[in-house]
Amino acid sequence: MSATGSRRPVPRFGHGSRVPGWDDAVDLTKPPATIPDPALTPVPPGLKETIEAAMAKYPDRRSAAIPALHAAQEVYGWCSPEAIDQVASVMELTPAYLTSVATFYDMFSTVPKPRNDVYVCTNISCSLLGADEFFEAMLAAAEGDPDVDVRSFECLGACDIAPMASVNGEYVGPLDLADAERIVEDLRTGGPVLEHKQLRYRRSADPGVAEEETDFGPPDRDETPMSDTAGLGPEGDAEDRPGPTAAIEMTTEQLADHPEPEKATDEGEHPAGQAPGDGDEGSPRATEEGR
Amino acid sequence: MKLLFDRIDEPGLNTLPVYERRGGYQSLRKALDMTPEEVTSQLMDSGIRGRGGAGFPTGRKISFLPHGDMDKYLVCNADESEPGTFKDRELMQKNPHMLIEGIMIAAYAAGTSRTFIYIRGEYALQADILEAAIAEAEAAGYIGERILGSEHSASLVLHRGAGAYICGEETGLLDSLEGKRGNPRLKPPFPAIEGLYHGPTLINNVETLATVPAIIRMGGEEYAKLGTETSTGTKLVSISGDVQRPGNYEIELGIPAREIIYGLGGGPLEGREIKFWFPGGSSSPVLTRDDLDISFDYDSLAKAGSMLGTASIIIVDDSHTVLEVALKVAKFYAHESCGKCVPCREGTNWTVKMLQRIESGEATPMDLDIMASVQEQIIGNCLCVLGDAMAMPIGSMVEKFRSELEAEIEAARERADGAELEDVVPIGVADEHAGPFPVH
Repeated sequence: MSATGSRRPVPRFGHGSRVPGWDDAVDLTKPPATIPDPALTPVPPGLKETIEAAMAKYPDRRSAAIPALHAAQEVYGWCSPEAIDQVASVMELTPAYLTSVATFYDMFSTVPKPRNDVYVCTNISCSLLGADEFFEAMLAAAEGDPDVDVRSFECLGACDIAPMASVNGEYVGPLDLADAERIVEDLRTGGPVLEHKQLRYRRSADPGVAEEETDFGPPDRDETPMSDTAGLGPEGDAEDRPGPTAAIEMTTEQLADHPEPEKATDEGEHPAGQAPGDGDEGSPRATEEGR
Repeated sequence: MKLLFDRIDEPGLNTLPVYERRGGYQSLRKALDMTPEEVTSQLMDSGIRGRGGAGFPTGRKISFLPHGDMDKYLVCNADESEPGTFKDRELMQKNPHMLIEGIMIAAYAAGTSRTFIYIRGEYALQADILEAAIAEAEAAGYIGERILGSEHSASLVLHRGAGAYICGEETGLLDSLEGKRGNPRLKPPFPAIEGLYHGPTLINNVETLATVPAIIRMGGEEYAKLGTETSTGTKLVSISGDVQRPGNYEIELGIPAREIIYGLGGGPLEGREIKFWFPGGSSSPVLTRDDLDISFDYDSLAKAGSMLGTASIIIVDDSHTVLEVALKVAKFYAHESCGKCVPCREGTNWTVKMLQRIESGEATPMDLDIMASVQEQIIGNCLCVLGDAMAMPIGSMVEKFRSELEAEIEAARERADGAELEDVVPIGVADEHAGPFPVH
């Protein structure tokens, strides 16, 4: 049920089964749990609506099991027996069915866990560049903090910023050992985590993306050369950086207001998808990073 | 030639107005003016093969779907979890509408009215971006009832997974999308005949579907001129590991691997040399320095005993031991095995144990033969290829680096020589936690 290494020791069995309680004797005097009675299972209104909206999206309501468990984990912090009972009553499924789903996936926790998730990728590409050392540093930095859950995780799909971690879903990298302390600090203050190392601002590594034209139709504006937009180094003023949601916040209305965002002022110097501090594109990375 | 990565860093490309200004959704209009059969034949002419790993011709896959009035489904596999692979992440984050347009064209060709994107749960940012893009496309009439005034209707639902490598396997993905544990199914029936909710289902990778608008725009024959004869078109390559400039690069299939690794990726880190490399994610058999001049396409890599896979090159340099990498790879597959088939569940765990024996100095060179035979017994004997995905690279490492592993066995035995015999836990006798490998 869980990642290879975790602070919370998860029982795993010699035969590789993910089923918890394999060794526990079954209490035969207890009848198996059935679908919880909605009248006896109060569900927070927000959660109920979210689950019902999710069920409406699929031809079969059971398809909403994963979205519903995500929503319940969001509310309770983990998939507690109560949370599973509530989801079961809304979805008209047995708690056993939902437990079988919740225990299969790495992102669901059937034991209490701290509020903040730090997944450190320790798979091959990251470990080649020192992820195991970073994981140890991260464990040490979060030691004693009841709000931070540090887990080693399988490949998170961001080997270009190896070694990397996902902090509450935000991808950050490449990390060095000192970043472990900073991540914990940023989580304590509640601000954006390692903003200058967030993946969402990173530009494409492919040097050809801005140069070649295809028959998409002529661009009706000047392409801003990559080198000019490469932006501030990590030491740059934080005010100049885009907000954490810049990449998704550019709505239709905003575009209508600014038909030519490329000619924007200083604030617009880091458009969505571009990394502040990524000005070293094309230059070799520090070879000893994180080692 | 950039088809997928064309000016992908353009600000606001993830929004509809910018995408439309660049000619977005014109391919969908063009496709809706053709018959579904014509669209399928364009895809067949293009020669495009699946970009998710197996390399099956996309046009033929669509043609396998039965005709007739039944509930058919299209699922976009965005559960990108293969170690070393991160191409779909960048595509979805920066150009989500290209994927949506491709899905809608493929849905029209296959006659499916319900489409899904199964995205891995860890890709929170990309899922948010896609959700916003789907809402925009729905409002503009590119998704929904009677798309652009045609007779064709299709819905699109974004489904977030929750962290399981096996859900990238197509039938495991279908079970997961149906709200179950993601266990692969017995094949046949193949998903094209009986897939999601027992209906015929077309499953394609993100990159494959995102290429569809370009194929319709250019015409299949024009697209087929790119790349080699049997590996047409452009491909996103993810380069990572011990390399100077890791990242995604769009290449024309058939260029030499050396050009990708040295020209684009910048070669190994200073003062190091490439020891071996995975050409297609951690599931592909490894290649060595001697294979660098190989042409990077489906058939040349297969001929060299490896595979294109997801075209994710992982470079391992001479500062790492083969054992260390093999153990990482084996542990990953042991962790991700769903446990349904015995050869995979047991084979992955025993491979980890055998590698750990080498590390602790308990192994003899004979163990390498046993390990190689375990790999052979996994391949082809399970419902899905997860076990094979470990057996192939591990088998290739034992084969190509046997002398190094033998030297490692000797060195570890010498190191362990002083250890008391009682300290050695016999294999198979587990402690109370009984994990197949130590828990941190």
